[in-house]
Parts: sequence; structure tokens; C-alpha cells
Amino acid sequence: MTACGHDPLMIQALVDGELDAVHAAAVEAQIAACPDCAAEQTRLVALSAALRRGAVRAPERLHRRLAESLAAAQAPPPAPVVPLRRARPWAWMGGGAGLAIAACASLFIVTGVMRQDQALTNELVASHVRSLQVAHLTDVVTSDQHVVKPWFNGKLDFSPPVADLKDQGFPLVGGRLDYVDGRTVAAIVYRRGGHVINLFVWPGERAPAPEHIRATGGYDLRHWRAAGLSYWAVSDVNPADLALFETTLKARTRP
Amino acid sequence: MLASSERAWPGRASDTPLTLDDEQRPVLGAARPIAAEAARRFQALVLPHTDAAYNLALRLTRQAEAAEDVTHDALVRGLSAFDAYRGGDARAWILTIVRRRAYDWLREHRRKATLPLGVAMAGDPDDDVLAWEPHDPDQETPEQALIRKGEAAGLRALIDTLPPRLREVLVLREMEEMSYRQIAEITASPIGSVMSRLARARALVGEAWRRLQATTEGQP
Repeated sequence: MTACGHDPLMIQALVDGELDAVHAAAVEAQIAACPDCAAEQTRLVALSAALRRGAVRAPERLHRRLAESLAAAQAPPPAPVVPLRRARPWAWMGGGAGLAIAACASLFIVTGVMRQDQALTNELVASHVRSLQVAHLTDVVTSDQHVVKPWFNGKLDFSPPVADLKDQGFPLVGGRLDYVDGRTVAAIVYRRGGHVINLFVWPGERAPAPEHIRATGGYDLRHWRAAGLSYWAVSDVNPADLALFETTLKARTRP
Repeated sequence: MLASSERAWPGRASDTPLTLDDEQRPVLGAARPIAAEAARRFQALVLPHTDAAYNLALRLTRQAEAAEDVTHDALVRGLSAFDAYRGGDARAWILTIVRRRAYDWLREHRRKATLPLGVAMAGDPDDDVLAWEPHDPDQETPEQALIRKGEAAGLRALIDTLPPRLREVLVLREMEEMSYRQIAEITASPIGSVMSRLARARALVGEAWRRLQATTEGQP
């Protein structure tokens, strides 16, 4: 209660524009007649004006970080999938039932593989984006391939080939450990102009994947295999440069 | 007349109800893949409220870095739960998620502290969160902030001395200009509580502010 015994919540509600016309008129009349209430209203209005100026804006860094995360969260355009007929499953029950079942089963396998690829693509792009945003691009920062390669030894159960392609316009930045597809992988970082290329390497053969994938958010992925290792290059560099990167690296690391 | 109850506020009958259900889906690392159309709508409807989200997160966590993380987290989470958004005020929707994330952060980072007398609210389910320290020793006092950085910084430091429950209503009303009903929805509180907390927050900040101005007047 204010000193005058009037309800301060009503004055507050008037200042906040929360009263309908009838109540507003009543409170205004009360304020006009009561100096204490008038003083309270003045104080509230002044405080509101001051507090409004205290709001802060989000830093530019946060806007950038959000834009990157949202881009990474977007799914690439759905891969073309042969639609499965589900409306009348009994329709093909007849002589060719066995054949049809086999055909359907293989379709499930194909779509399953595609879905797996998509999940891996998303994971790789997210990893690439994360490496750019949390200042965790490299664990070992050096352009010397003879430092990067031994650094991985002992940290991985395989030995990723490391080459400095500086003379080809892809200087080596360094390397780090990353976690993709349920295992620890080598991430070797190269640069092309202002763009970063993350090359993820791990042993093993997955189901065949397309060589080139265009992910949303402007990221390109190239995939190849050599000497029992899977390679995934991820970057926002232009696709031609990424293809050049692949050929250059393959030529340089050929056993 | 005026009732501090949960009943609808007189004269505000035409308010559209807010839909605030945000699915508590765990988000590990990056969000799960989102359809391009949903992402586009999210960018148009929710992303413009990043400033409001950060402003609330900063006042609740009182730390710039934590506020960035909370805001980022809340928006990524909001995107992955965007199919649960059923229209209504997008700003209120995202601020609800931001507030929850900020309270999670406060719970994770609460320090042992005692409640100052007179501001504890008995029976509050978030009593643990309310065990805040009025002055973070790492932060400037309101007086230092006022003298060094000016009026707005001084006021922010003053708001930060309030308990989170009072801080949030003040931020939502005075800085984001939300209605009582919206604040009630965002903070999951009855409108009556919103009004009394708002009055209490304003009385505390207003009085401290006038005192602070009086003591620093005449100083260079």
C-alpha cells in the first residue's frame, strides 16, 4: 500500500497499459486527487524509461555462431528414394510374391544406406562447423607434416597420411582428433585462401557412398578411399577447388 | 476490480493463448536434421528475437559468456522443437525456452549462498535457484558500474542484485515490453504473482537507484 492507502498495483497496471478504459479512468481520477499516487506514478514512469535503456543487444559473435549452427542443422535435400507401395500390400500376393518380397527387402536396404549416408554427411558438416566456431580447429598447429603425422601416432590406431600441399595452394594448418560415426578419427586441416578444409580420415570401408555431396549451408563433401582408409573432405570452398584438393592429395600421398 | 488471482485480467479478454510446449528432446552436439522449410520459418519468426533472448539470458546468468551459450543452446533447441510451435507470439515462445535453459544453467552453477532476508519466497519450487548471491564478486558493484560506464550499466548492475524471480519479470516488462499475461506464461506463474513481483522489483530497484544517484551526484 502507498502512504495514502491506495493500491499501488493499480497505479502500476495503469502505467503498464494493462487496464481497460473503465478501470484506467477510475485510477486516473484517483491519481488526480491524491498527491501520493501521483508521485508514485511519476516514479514508475521515470524508472521504466531508464530501465528501457538498459537492454543489451546480442554480440555479433553470437549471431554468427547461430547462423552456422542453424545451417548445420538443416538436412541436405532428400535423396531420391523409390516410393514403397503401402496402400494395398495384398495386391501383389500371387505368383510373384516371393520376388516382390525380395525386391522390397532390397529397397529397404538401399534406402537404409541412403539414410546412413545422410546422417554421416550431417555429422561431418556439423564437425566441420564446430571446428570453426569453438577455436578448436587444431590440437597441433603447424604447417610441418613431419610434426603432424607423429602427433597422431599413439593417439590413433591407424596412421593417416599427412602432406603439405602449400606449393599447390593448400597449406597445411594442423591436425586434431575428432569423433565421427562412433569412433575417433583424424581431422587434418588445410586452408585454401580464407577457407578451411577439414579432411577426416579413418580406417574401414563403409557402404559405397557418392563421391561428391552438396550439403545445405554451402558445404561440399568429397569422399574417396585409398589403402584401407576412408577420406572425407569438408569445406565451403568452391566445388572445383575441393575436387582439385582431392586429386592433389591423392597424387601426393600415393604409396 | 483488481484481483491478484489466476483469473483472466479484466479488459484483456481478446488475448490469444500462447502455446509454449517445447519438447524436451536431448540435443547432442548439433541439432538433428531439419527440413529446409521449417528452418526458413524459424529464421523468419524466431531468429529476429535473438537480441531479446540474449538480453534475458544475460540478466539471468549475469555472465556474458554463459548468456551466449544459453541463448545459442535455447535457439538450437527451439529449432529442433519447432514443430511443437503452434503459432502465437514467437518471442514469448523462444523466451520461455531461454528462461528454462538459463535456470538449468543457474542450477548447474549455483554457488553456496544464503538468502538475504526479506526476499526469499517461501514454497517456491525453484528455491534452490534462488540461492543467488546479490553481488557476484567478479562483477562491478552498481556504484562502480554507474561511475565507470554510465546510467544504463549502473541500472543493469542494480537489476542483477535482485533474485532471479524478480529480475526476470522486470526484464520482460521493462525491456521486452511483454504484457502481464505473456510474462505469466513465460515464467509459469499466476498473473497475480507477476504483478506483485513486478511491484517489488520496481520498488527495490527504484529506491536503490534514487539512493545511488544521490550518493554519486557531484562526483566526477
